[in-house]
Amino acid sequence: MIRVQRQDFDVGAELAALSGDNRGIGGVCAFVGLVREMAGGEPLRSMSLEHYPGMTEKALARIEAEARERWPLEETLIIHRYGKLEPGERIVLVATASARRQAAFESCNFIIDWLKTKAPFWKLEQTGGGAEWADARDSDGAAAARWFRDAKGKQLD
Amino acid sequence: MKIIYFAWLRQKTGVSEEDASPPETVTDVAGLTGWLKGRGGGFAEAFDDLSVVRAAVNQEHVGMDHAVSAGDEVAFFPPVTGG
Repeated sequence: MIRVQRQDFDVGAELAALSGDNRGIGGVCAFVGLVREMAGGEPLRSMSLEHYPGMTEKALARIEAEARERWPLEETLIIHRYGKLEPGERIVLVATASARRQAAFESCNFIIDWLKTKAPFWKLEQTGGGAEWADARDSDGAAAARWFRDAKGKQLD
Repeated sequence: MKIIYFAWLRQKTGVSEEDASPPETVTDVAGLTGWLKGRGGGFAEAFDDLSVVRAAVNQEHVGMDHAVSAGDEVAFFPPVTGG
């Protein structure tokens, strides 16, 4: 399931709803991304997350579908927020549920890695020195690229 | 053709969305960036360094050699920074 929303989410409630009555699930893995208090060595006041409505949902759905093709997953959930966020606030939740933990761990890691380089979101960081667009990190590209090794000859561009 | 700009490309061009009719000589994304750059001002600035510009055609990531045509939705934006 994909949700792109302005409002916060309740991690506990989301995870409970994700597994629901599915007794085939043996493990749920969750990643929660938060707004860090520092941006480029300066204290962050707030951040504004902009996205490309329509393409965002498509990109996230493709990443989710790719994960479900690669791992035996019972349930998947991606919630990504947009709009103004302050340090400490939740930005993103990725949760995967599977019969066995390894598939849940690996697919959760995969989804957040690919999300960071493929989903059309942009962060505008507000510090005492003004507002600046966050730069993409080379390390995020490398983190996403390592999953290509396991691709079944198929890439998601 | 609908053209959408995000993040600093929107700020530099001063446009978030427009309906444009590039000449027939514009057949791919690279050609479109060249035509937009030719408008000068904020557009010239926005498309000055294409190594930091990414594009999508009809909401799919594409390379600069991807074809564009009249009915397309084309978007320009910097490398993504979500998550």
